[in-house]
Amino acid sequence: MQKPTEKIWDYERQRRNRKLERAASALGASLRDKVVPADMAVQLLEAVIAPGDRVCLEGDNQKQADFLAKSLTQIDPAKVNRLHMLQSVLALPEHLDLYELGIAELLDFSFSGPQAARLARMVGKGQIRIGAIHTYLELFSRYFVDLTPHVALVVAQSADAQGNLYTGPNTEDTPAIVEATAFKNGIVIAQVNELVDKVPRVDIPGDWVNFVIPSPRPHFIEPLFTRDPAQISEIQVLMAMMAIKGIYAEYGVQRLNHGIGFDTAAIELLLPTYAASLGLKGKICSHWALNPHPTMIPAIEAGFVKSIHSFGSELGMENYIAARPDVFFNGPDGTMRSNRAYSQAAGHYACDLFIGSTLQIDMAGNSSTATLDRISGFGGAPNMGADAAGRRHASPAWLKAGEQRRSQQPGIPRGRKLVVQMVETFREHMQPAFVAELDAWKLAEFASMPIPPVMIYGEDVTHILTEEGIANLLLCANAEEREQAIRGVAGYTEMGLGRDLRMVENLRDRGVIKRAEDMGIDKRDATRDLLAARSIKDLVRASGGLYQPPARFRNW
Amino acid sequence: MSNPKQARSSYYESSARARIAGLLEPDSFHEWLPAAERVTSPHLATLEQPAAFDDGVIIGRGRIAGKNIFIAAQEGGFMGGAVGEVHGAKLAGVLERAVRDHPAAVLLLLETGGVRLQEANAGLIAVSEVMRAILAARAAGVTVIVAIGGQYGCFGGMGIAARCASAIIMSEEGRLGLSGPEVIETARGVEEYDSRDRALVWRTVGGKHRYLLGECDVIVPDSIAAFRQAVTACIDNGDDWSLAALEREHQMLAERVQRFGACKDGRDIWRELGWADPDAIAMLDNDEFVAAAHGHRAKNI
Amino acid sequence: MTIENLKYRFDNGTTTRGVTAIVGVLGSGNLEVLVEPAALGGACEIEVKTAANGFGAIWHAVMKDFFARHRVGDIRVSVNDAGATPAIVSLRLDQAIETYLAQGRTKK
Repeated sequence: MQKPTEKIWDYERQRRNRKLERAASALGASLRDKVVPADMAVQLLEAVIAPGDRVCLEGDNQKQADFLAKSLTQIDPAKVNRLHMLQSVLALPEHLDLYELGIAELLDFSFSGPQAARLARMVGKGQIRIGAIHTYLELFSRYFVDLTPHVALVVAQSADAQGNLYTGPNTEDTPAIVEATAFKNGIVIAQVNELVDKVPRVDIPGDWVNFVIPSPRPHFIEPLFTRDPAQISEIQVLMAMMAIKGIYAEYGVQRLNHGIGFDTAAIELLLPTYAASLGLKGKICSHWALNPHPTMIPAIEAGFVKSIHSFGSELGMENYIAARPDVFFNGPDGTMRSNRAYSQAAGHYACDLFIGSTLQIDMAGNSSTATLDRISGFGGAPNMGADAAGRRHASPAWLKAGEQRRSQQPGIPRGRKLVVQMVETFREHMQPAFVAELDAWKLAEFASMPIPPVMIYGEDVTHILTEEGIANLLLCANAEEREQAIRGVAGYTEMGLGRDLRMVENLRDRGVIKRAEDMGIDKRDATRDLLAARSIKDLVRASGGLYQPPARFRNW
Repeated sequence: MSNPKQARSSYYESSARARIAGLLEPDSFHEWLPAAERVTSPHLATLEQPAAFDDGVIIGRGRIAGKNIFIAAQEGGFMGGAVGEVHGAKLAGVLERAVRDHPAAVLLLLETGGVRLQEANAGLIAVSEVMRAILAARAAGVTVIVAIGGQYGCFGGMGIAARCASAIIMSEEGRLGLSGPEVIETARGVEEYDSRDRALVWRTVGGKHRYLLGECDVIVPDSIAAFRQAVTACIDNGDDWSLAALEREHQMLAERVQRFGACKDGRDIWRELGWADPDAIAMLDNDEFVAAAHGHRAKNI
Repeated sequence: MTIENLKYRFDNGTTTRGVTAIVGVLGSGNLEVLVEPAALGGACEIEVKTAANGFGAIWHAVMKDFFARHRVGDIRVSVNDAGATPAIVSLRLDQAIETYLAQGRTKK
């Protein structure tokens, strides 16, 4: 019997250590503890990134590792190339420049909002290869399975010389990225706004971080979740009234997530007025997985809200959040810690309802935000807007939805998450929200995707809410009823005009379709006077001056 | 707030018709050239552009606090309240009629970006006619009161016209100026003036700044009721059309150039006026602001 | 830009006293609606001028439903539209007819 050949079990670690040695010699005396000066960033990146490496560049929904992104575009493509980029959000032009410069070639991501049009053009020209488009949780999960980063380029508010990081309220994706990288032989580099002797709190322990670079400018961050109440329309007020009376009150929804938009902002601003007048305070909307929407301030101040866990923070809300520790998840230093991975899990498993908007809904209830000229990806909505098949704990809302489903499709008792799509039948410029075929099909063909990019599958949707009423899909017996229920709230779109009038009236008699008047809502009451705040300034006042909106949202 | 609906009736958010209805005594408004007469812009029709039934301005007579007045209200929602030929003729007409009929006051609810580009020549002439008509009305002893508190502010030639009036009432949300923020940015560059920095815009042309500079006589909270109260007070105060008043105004303007000529920002002016914490001004509510402004305006009151 | 002109007539409405009413503003995504009494033998005549072309079928459906909701005859409805959605159009039409009728009730 031959002795087995010596198997190497720490090849990856040796590889990392060689990279660290290369970095040490490239940086020389400029490296002090873990601190690298900004003008050595490119040398550092060339030393620790090898051709073909998987590189996670922190681009979150809000904060951006913009200095590291810029530095990465400046490395020599003759030395470092064929990179496989991992990013939750493609937000900056540099994120796509990498492919034009020949530095990167493969991309796995979740969301590309601001770069969606350019991404589509580059895919069309074959300049970029997409591995897959994920939801946030899905991408984070793959960091721990088959897409573990070799190098992570992250961003924090401050660091000390030992590499301890303080993220401030916008912790967002950083913990998930760093944990996957640091514990699987990867290298973690953080850009920080400032170096301090002692960080206010340790969000990322220093021994998980290899290098810290003070960036020349504070990192870019976008106020994505601020909606000016001045822009909420009467139609949106009406739809919000229907959501509150026809769904929240009907099921006693206590735990929920709101997608971002003026539709949901209207609901938030109706809680202390309309919902309170219906006696719903304490009966709905106590616990949230939600970014700190400024439009939540009046509801919080009115005592509607017991807790909010956040994916990220929102510019201007810092002082308000810090002053409301009973509501938000604040650290011992007093500021909030957000966490996208945990909040996504919370939204998926622990919420009874998701409500959000979309661009297109087909006659099976599938919805998509894809259009032919934009590859925008998914973000987090599919995790929120899906029944959690792994959920086992019961709540009244969950049980009632499950019961309604079983009234049409008998089966073993189990609950259902409420997934509500809230859309006006026409968007701006008379774009219909209801279509025979989603643009996602054409995009899939154009970009050679294996499946059409559907945001929320029809089978997960329980209600569709438009200005014409609510269609409760749980109560539909078959695909034909489902289609007519959707057409029955599709207004004057081609899909709506094509409804079977008798069937729709029958569905209305059965309560599958409900109009405003069926819910006891007088449309004439749907005025902006119902909004608890009608301007950003009202929100500032409601916060007692704690909310400090970015300049672009002010009109004083 | 026992009656929240009434208390919150926002001037800023209201249409021109809603402002008239809210300011005047119930059923006292009689409209001249109402929508049904369809006196619309011939120029917009030629250009195949939608034309409003009233060309974006509503004129007529009505009563406020028991006094008979004439009123004109520009609708900012239609082409940003821009002044075209018909629109301008309606404004000038209501003022010229005041010279003949002597109402207790003419109330101009201005909300406009200035001259309508599609009929610029006619609009420019109309604006100059409005200025002359304002002065003619005042010369005839009719108080002319301007109210500014809408979304589009009051800019262009109508900004000058506003300053020809006996008194200006503004809310903090209101803006008054000659060139609009976007125009300044286009002409002078974003380094000179960033029109998207809304805090900067309000420090330059907003109601509080205009009040501190003495260009606006009364500042009110954003409610129709508050505007109504201020209008009533202005009617009672009447108009000072004396040579002494004119000389005072000229002196104030001369001092202003001297005092603030080197200031780069509204904040610098406010500091010069003796405000210890200029950044706090933005968040003061109206009553606090008016109280704190006593003795810290560029106008002696 | 061109303006599309659409005309509709619905017969057999109920003649109800009203006073000329105007609601709405001709601004982006909005419309103004003028309702006037007119001796039309019980009919309701509607004229729409819209900056958004090619939506005749939708306008017809919206107006048919409007007439079915109120069945008011002997009126002329004039609309200036700047690309309002059907939901806004229906809302303004309802507001206009309600104002028209309410004024008719108070002014004897």
